[in-house]
Amino acid sequence: MKSSFFRRVLFGLLLLFIVVPTLFPFLWMLMSSFKSQVDIISWPPKFVFTPTLMNYMKVFGEQNFFKYLINSSVVGASSVVISLILGLPAAYSIARFHQNRTAMFILVARLMPGISFLMPWYIIFSRLRLMDSYTALILSHILITLPVVVWVMSAYFETVPLELEESAMIDGATRQYAFLVILLPLSAPGIVTATTLSFIFSWNNFMFSQVLSMEKTRTLPIAVYNFMSYAEVDWGGVMAAAFAIMAPAIVLTMIFQKYVVKGLTVGAVKG
Amino acid sequence: MIKTGFFERNLKYIFPLPALVLVVMLMVFPVVYTVVVSFTDWTLTSGRPMRFVGLQSYLKVLQEPRFLAAMGRTFSFTLSAVFIEAVLGTLLAVILNREFAGKNGLKLILLLPLVATPVAIGIVWNLFYDPTIGFLNYCLSVLGLPQSGWVSDARTVLPSLVLVDVWQWTPMVTLIVLAGLAGLPQEPYESAKVDGASNLQTFRLITIPMIMPTILTAVILRGIEALKTFDIIYAMTGGGPGYASETINIMAYKYSFEYFNLGSASAMLVFLFMLVLLSSLGVIVLRKKSEF
Repeated sequence: MKSSFFRRVLFGLLLLFIVVPTLFPFLWMLMSSFKSQVDIISWPPKFVFTPTLMNYMKVFGEQNFFKYLINSSVVGASSVVISLILGLPAAYSIARFHQNRTAMFILVARLMPGISFLMPWYIIFSRLRLMDSYTALILSHILITLPVVVWVMSAYFETVPLELEESAMIDGATRQYAFLVILLPLSAPGIVTATTLSFIFSWNNFMFSQVLSMEKTRTLPIAVYNFMSYAEVDWGGVMAAAFAIMAPAIVLTMIFQKYVVKGLTVGAVKG
Repeated sequence: MIKTGFFERNLKYIFPLPALVLVVMLMVFPVVYTVVVSFTDWTLTSGRPMRFVGLQSYLKVLQEPRFLAAMGRTFSFTLSAVFIEAVLGTLLAVILNREFAGKNGLKLILLLPLVATPVAIGIVWNLFYDPTIGFLNYCLSVLGLPQSGWVSDARTVLPSLVLVDVWQWTPMVTLIVLAGLAGLPQEPYESAKVDGASNLQTFRLITIPMIMPTILTAVILRGIEALKTFDIIYAMTGGGPGYASETINIMAYKYSFEYFNLGSASAMLVFLFMLVLLSSLGVIVLRKKSEF
């Protein structure tokens, strides 16, 4: 009885050792975003302070923040939608006809360092006068989102039994009809996983926009980074911006937690 | 025999085709282009057309002490980060592999570092690491330890960046290993119980060997990601102070977009490709093995 009590306390302490370091940077960011500059640079660091909304007002007010927010959303949503349209049939074909080589080829796009495509893109998009255009940015982000869609969905389609499509095909339906009308609606959980995860990856991407976009199409990560590189760092403003950019990804993760875990671990656990 | 239409007969080619064409255009073409440029001395600033110079860019890059140092740094960053993440991540997974109240909440907390925007994470850690107002130096002073320069000191910058990577990515290993542990068959455990094996014996002789392929896959996937780490390093230090945290990735970026020395940048990128492709080959071999 006693030992079981001690074991539970010990386990609770262990959990605390995991939770506190993981969460602390987020809490510190949140706290700092409500501090005035004086409170932020005070030594020793303050845990109790009078909260202020100044930083958020500054971020949302002065800094073109909404424009960048819309840019990030447009680029993320477009590249995810295009990736679903192209990736779902590809994933189906990979799963049903065991096209492992096709799968590996698309996976390589996820493994290659992004910078290896950037220099050629930079030259080609400059020649085509597509620098600072949505087209260039969306195309580049598709290379992030498409492999995620194909990877997650080919694993998902493999778990959907063949019988459903087969019985529809015996009744005279074509395979493409069975895919569109029977299989896709059944695959909603997989599609949710692929959509959430690929949108988050696109949302977080920094390198592609840093090179391919300028004032017109600049996305949020660049805006946050530029906030940093002023001569004197306005820590409160930066923390407010950092929190604002992370919030959508965190909310999506909370809503689709189960799916996000599946999507991140698929392929690593017996592929 | 039922007659089927052209589309349906060729579905297995038509369905993946658009995705493949796009990937070829966006990935294969640029990679080939990079390899071609690596055999030239092309610089955008000089204004003269590119000239083929054979392997000269490679030789120049390989004789450049700054590149060799960057390569060494890339390896030591990757190896130390991934090693710590593998050990710590597996340990956490083994601890968490049981039913307890709040398990789902805990998994959600573990997910947060994985989905948070890397640039923003880098900035938050910069505030932590700040020598004069940072929380970490405050902790050191409370403990009576000497202050550290963290990312602003050439001697401590790399370990400090490894710490951020470990904070961000250990949960990934934990989640992968947890998923692997959940899928293990129960029979070996039952027979071990019948044979009177101790907990430690069961863990060492059954759990570890069975979970090893999953851990290895996680390690290789993490290794590839760590080799290409860009956002965090670029946002936190930009490769500095001096070149003290410059990895191949950061150096190739600077050669491309700051010095516009495309020939040398491409040669560096080809080295990075080869590292990534070798590691990817590991994933493919492992996947083939674990399928049967």
